[in-house]
Amino acid sequence: MKELVEILAKALVDKPEAVDVQLVEKENSIIIELRVAAEDVGKVIGKQGRIARAIRQMVKAAAGRSRKKVVLEIL
Amino acid sequence: MFGLVGGKPAVVKVTRKETVGTRARVLVENVLGAMGLTGEVSVFENEEGVQLEIRGEKMGVLIGRRGETLNALQYLVGLAVNRSESEKRRVQLDVEGYRKKREETLRELALKLAEKAKRRGRNVVLEPMSSQERRVIHMALKGRNDIYTFSEGEEPFRKIVISPRR
Repeated sequence: MKELVEILAKALVDKPEAVDVQLVEKENSIIIELRVAAEDVGKVIGKQGRIARAIRQMVKAAAGRSRKKVVLEIL
Repeated sequence: MFGLVGGKPAVVKVTRKETVGTRARVLVENVLGAMGLTGEVSVFENEEGVQLEIRGEKMGVLIGRRGETLNALQYLVGLAVNRSESEKRRVQLDVEGYRKKREETLRELALKLAEKAKRRGRNVVLEPMSSQERRVIHMALKGRNDIYTFSEGEEPFRKIVISPRR
């Protein structure tokens, strides 16, 4: 899941070297924290969050039937 | 021979042009890998854009409910490969012929609901669809003199209305 977000984010931004993805495991959920260069934030969020929504959809698909809720946070 | 004896060896520089299609294929392959899926990706490029066809096992995951996941991936791949291009190329993704099947379903649905609108003399509102899917329905009902179609609402919840002509 971490790798998936990394691949997608790196493909979208101008500064792929600044992409950082961390997994934070909570009791009932997994939080995926995505950090990108300040000037690239718009490239992973998009107008009205359209890009972020598409990335979340991919994460949701990859998470499949795992019991834990998977949350993508863009920081 | 040919006056070339003793000449310098020819140096030929070969560069493989990295096309939008190649970039798209590599990205899709990486995404498949990261999702734990194995599939084969073929690329067709023409003046209309780039078409990628994915074949493999357990592809339902990649399609999602009503193609949600496939549409999300198509959108992201389109953005990624067009990022540095001055001219935008349309990227279309299909998995195991899903889009073709879905188009047929949509056309049948369009004809059925057109009859319903006509019979009841009332508007029939469809569920929200992507622009690509709405286009299929508009095209299926184009040029009829008993009903007409239009879209209403905001993306991503835009939906088609089939309306009887009076």
